[in-house]
Formats: sequence, C-alpha cells, structure tokens
Amino acid sequence: MKTLAELEAIRKATLSRINLRTDEKSETTRVVIGMATCGIAAGARPVMLSFMDEIEKRHLSHVQISQTGCIGMCRLEPMVDVILPGKEKVTYVHVKPEMVPRIVAEHIVNGRPVEEYTIGAAEKN
Amino acid sequence: MDIYRAHVLVCGGTGCSSSGSATLIERFNEKIKENGLDKEVKVIRTGCFGLCEAGPVVIVYPEGTFYSRVKPENVDEIVTEHLLKGRKVEHLVYTDHATHEQDATKSLEDIGFYKHQMRIALRNCGVIDPENIDEYLAMDGYKALEKVLTKMTREEVIDEVLKSGLRGRGGGGFPTGLKWKFTYNSVADQKYVACNADEGDPGAFMDRSILEGDPHSVLEAMAIAGYAIGASQGYIYVRAEYPIAVKRLTVALNQAREYGLLGENIFGTGFNFDIHIRLGAGAFVCGEETALMHSIEGKRGEPTVRPPFPAVKGLFAKPTMLNNVETYANIPQIILKGSQWFSSIGTEKSKGTKVFALGGKINNTGLVEVPMGTTLRTIIYEIGGGCPNGKKFKAVQTGGPSGGCLPESLLDTPVDYDNLIAAGSMMGSGGMIVMDEDNCMVDIARFYLDFIVDESCGQCTPCRVGTKRMLEILNRIVEGKGKEGDIEKLEELAQTIKSTSLCALGQTAPNPILSTLKFFRDEYEAHIKEKRCPAHHCKALLQYYITDKCRGCTACARVCPGGAISGEIKKQHVIDQDKCLKCGACMEKCKFGAIIKK
Repeated sequence: MKTLAELEAIRKATLSRINLRTDEKSETTRVVIGMATCGIAAGARPVMLSFMDEIEKRHLSHVQISQTGCIGMCRLEPMVDVILPGKEKVTYVHVKPEMVPRIVAEHIVNGRPVEEYTIGAAEKN
Repeated sequence: MDIYRAHVLVCGGTGCSSSGSATLIERFNEKIKENGLDKEVKVIRTGCFGLCEAGPVVIVYPEGTFYSRVKPENVDEIVTEHLLKGRKVEHLVYTDHATHEQDATKSLEDIGFYKHQMRIALRNCGVIDPENIDEYLAMDGYKALEKVLTKMTREEVIDEVLKSGLRGRGGGGFPTGLKWKFTYNSVADQKYVACNADEGDPGAFMDRSILEGDPHSVLEAMAIAGYAIGASQGYIYVRAEYPIAVKRLTVALNQAREYGLLGENIFGTGFNFDIHIRLGAGAFVCGEETALMHSIEGKRGEPTVRPPFPAVKGLFAKPTMLNNVETYANIPQIILKGSQWFSSIGTEKSKGTKVFALGGKINNTGLVEVPMGTTLRTIIYEIGGGCPNGKKFKAVQTGGPSGGCLPESLLDTPVDYDNLIAAGSMMGSGGMIVMDEDNCMVDIARFYLDFIVDESCGQCTPCRVGTKRMLEILNRIVEGKGKEGDIEKLEELAQTIKSTSLCALGQTAPNPILSTLKFFRDEYEAHIKEKRCPAHHCKALLQYYITDKCRGCTACARVCPGGAISGEIKKQHVIDQDKCLKCGACMEKCKFGAIIKK
C-alpha cells in the first residue's frame, strides 16, 4: 500500500527516467557527445558515462544526453556540445571524465559556460 | 532508479509480436550487452504504435528515429551503428507511403501517419512499458482516481462525465454520463462496474491495443466509475483470443493491488474496489450487453429482452454499469483536464476522438485516433495513404457486420455517430475496411452475412432463419444463378429481420446488404441480369482470355494446372473455357499482360 506522497515520488522519479520519450523538448538541455570512431578512440565513452552519473546524482530530469557522429575535428575529440534552451551551443573539446562535474555544475545548473574548456580557449593556444 | 541515455522501444502489440518482435527484444538485449552498452541503453517493450503495416516497429529515443519492418538480422546494425556510433541506419527508417519521404530526423509527430492524429485513448500506447506501473504513474496515472476520491463528490464525477459529452465507443454511442447516472440512481445493496473487452467485429482491434499498451488506464477508469455509481466490484470481460492483453491486464491488476490502488480502503478514503477478469470464448454475440453478463455469470452467452436495462437489473440481478474499453480509456483524461477541454474536441453531438482500425486495401494498415468530425477522406488518404498499387478506391466499410459500405461520393462526410448513421452505415466499434476496384460488393455483403450466420446465437427465428435465407440468395447471386425478384426478396427479408430480431446482432445484421444495395445496386443487377461481375471477382461469372498481345512464349500453358491452354510456339495461345479452372495462374505468369479476365 502506497500513500499519496509515495505515489507522487514514484511519478517524479519515473518521469525523470522516461522523459526522453515525451514531447516537451523545448525546456530540454541537450548534451551531445561526439561518438564516432575518433571520439570513441579518444575516450568519449567514459566521458558520456560520467555525464550520465552526474545528471542522475543531481536529478536533472530536463537534461538529455545524445550522441552524434564525427564533425571533422577529430584532433579535438572527445567533443561535447551543451545546448541550453534558448542559448547558443557551447562546444567543449578534449573533454575528460574529471572535467564533467564542473561542466554540469557551472554550465548546466548555473548557466555559466566553463570558458577554459571550450573550443574557443583551445584554439587560442 | 537508473538513468539511460537512450531508450529502444520495441512494439509488443499483437501485430508486431506476430511478425517477430519478441525475437528482436532478445537480440537487442544480447547485442547491447555484447557491445558494453547495457548501462547506457534500455530496451522497452511497449504497446501498439498503431502503424501495424510497418511492423515490427522500433523507435530509438531521444532522437525518435522510427525504424520499420525490422528483422532480427538488422538488430546488429542498429546497435553497432546507431547506438554505438550515433549514426542512423537510413535504409531501415520508415518511408512515408503518401509522400515517399524518408526523413530520419523527423520526430514521430511529423510522420504523415501521426500528423493528423490526436491521441487521447491511445496516448500511452507505444510510449510506456505497459507492464511497469511506475511508467503509467509518471504519465499522470492514477491522478484522476486520486482527484475523485479526495476532492470530488460522486455527483460531481457523474456531472463531469455527463458534461464532457462522451458517448459509448463500443458502437451504440449512448451518452456515457447518462448510463452512469442511471446506475447511480438505482438503489441496491450491491452494484457492479463491467468492462466490455469482447471486441468481436472483424477488423477492429483498438480495444486489444489499449489493453496491451495501457492496461492501467482502464483499471483506473473502472475504479472511478465504481466510486461514482457506488460499486465495490468490477469485471472485465475479455476474449481468450487476446492472450497478450489478458497477460498484461493480469500483471497490471497485481501491480495496482500491490500499490493499494485497488483493494480495500484506497488512499485511506474508505473506498473499496477490486476487479476480476473473466475470459470469453470469443462469441460475437457476447459483445451484446445482456449476453455478456450472462456469460460472466457462467451461463450460456445469449441475449435477453431489455428492459430491464443493466442499470436496473444486470449482473447477478444487481444494477450494473457496462462500458467499452475505449470509453474507459477516455475517463481519466476527462477527469484531469475537465469536461470543457474534452467537449471542445469533436463535433456538436460527438465529442472527443475516436480510434479507427484501418484495414483492407490500404497502405497504412493500423490504428489511428482522430478528432470526431475528421472526414473519411483524411483518414483514408492522408493518414492511411490510400489504396496500394494505384488501384481505384471503391468503398469503405465502417462499423463491422452491423455497419455498411460507403462509396466514394460520401468520402467528405465528417465522421461522427450521427453522420455515419445518416449516410447509411454506423460508427460501430471503429473498424474501417477499405475496398478497391477489385472488390465485388455483392461478395462483401455475402462475407459479412456468412459471419452473422455463424455467430447468430439461434434464440430468435428472424435472426437464425432469416439471415440463413439471405445468405442462400447471395450465394446464388455470386454463383451466377440469381433470378429476377432476388433483390426485392432480400429487401423484404432485411426489413423483417431488422424490425423483429431480439437483440442488436439481428437488428443490424442486414445492414451490409442494405447499404450495398443502396449504393451499389448496379453490381447486384449486373450479377443477376447480365451474369457478370463488374469487379471481375466472382469466379463463376468471369472468363479468362488471351489477347493478341500474346507472343506465344508458352509460359501460361506450362503453368496451367487444368491443361486448358494450347497453342504453337510464337503464336497466340487460346484457353479452352470448358477446361479452365479460373485459378488465375496464367495471368500471373504472363509477362506481356496478354491475359485478361472479363
């Protein structure tokens, strides 16, 4: 026997698990990870797993993780695009799993891109 | 609770199951594990997506890529290309019949088949895992039950259903709210709520799909109905030929009981309600409400005279409220979104949406849900994709054996209860069978009557004997032995059976004949007077001929099982009409289109 509050908790938890199947895409933040051969070889998979961990830990049900193919800048892989609703796409390059918590906390949660990890910063050097 | 980055939804409805979706699920799980993706990708078996023609259907989220006709050997490719590398497998992506467009980036809503649809009763079918109550809860499941038990009086619930304008989706179109009100008004120590899932019309399968894809919506609605009318017990009468539906219902029932959503003292409000499943043996007549209730009681499934109506004296002689599966599936949404929202959809006298099962000579065989008032043309051409192989549309049969056939001139009829009846057919449970120029309308009427003769329970004479006599006349006509006066005799019999049969089965049995006579009388006359079948369908009335297009390749002569074709090589062959079996094998074999039938 579940109480009304328990049912509501199940609703919320399950929704965060299945909401990638629902239509309300406009409020969604998208994390797109380059997962072609080059990306995978450069270590994109552990990066993706740490994104999934981090998002689960923080119950960020509006964030959707997807993968994409090679965009031609294989030397910069693993590459990750973060697209906040209504904002310009931000591209992170040479992403490592240990960089992920900071990207999630500063960019996805607080809306401030981590400048030093972005493609702009990498290209300056 | 695990988060996955991608969900692979595999259709587990009856259509896709029979084309092998269970093997697909196994293979997906195997391959996903093999590639080390089992922590990232989840495979979910859902209910029917509706596009059964393209089955087995697989959708990969978050992209929403729609793969159709997936074979087990394609699974490896989807896993290694799409799931591992993020590259869609283009050659497996669904192609739109109407536009021949293939666009993998389109989401489900943009595919022509879904674009014109509005899914209320089917809203969760193909979206959630039907065997997981948590997913139903996440889609606002059981919130409507919570609302009525904690915030609404019984009268308010009935009033809401009444104001929504919802009418019975099983065929009759009786206002649902009135039914609830009548049962509420009956005074008794025990009342029952029952669900008619004995979907028997040939070609209709929306109830099965709802039970398979979203069983909890029906359970929730029945509990709401129980509260409203004052019943503590519900029965679902479902045919035993629907094993997947029965299994998922059973799973759903157990989960709901475990969560305390059914049983005693639900939500601590003191309201008790539980549901039993009763299996039917698949007799068409048991879809009739009195017959259905006799069958639940363990008696022979035969109709009895009304009144008394079930709302006064139904199951076990107690007041009973019987609704159809699709009707129930609308209830939770009406409670949550309000009667005003629901009554804003549809036409003046028919509110909401209706699910139709498209079948026959149509490209997109499957289930569609559209607002009432959508025209037949939109349903058949824009959603259904029209007739295959460029054939010409001839008629659409709606309402199953109780309905009728409508010709092309009525295609712009907005579909609702009253318009269909005015046009000479009926809504029925929502089967829609499309016929093209190759279908003989006399033979179609004969097919439906043959079904009725089989399914008549035999209690009353007009239905038992009358339909048999009509079938004999139709059999004679299609065999080329029709006589002057046959049509008049059919009409006379039809009127008598209509007005004197005991139950709706008999009262509507002549409808297929009456409607084909109304719109395609010339076909009957051609059969009787000219001994000719205009559609070249009735074997007894057609002959095969070889025209001068024949190159004398002898292919037809070699394939003819009756040895009826003769001729010299490189010269025109001839068919000996006395020996011809009319199997059509020669016509299929001929590469030059030299063989015709007339």
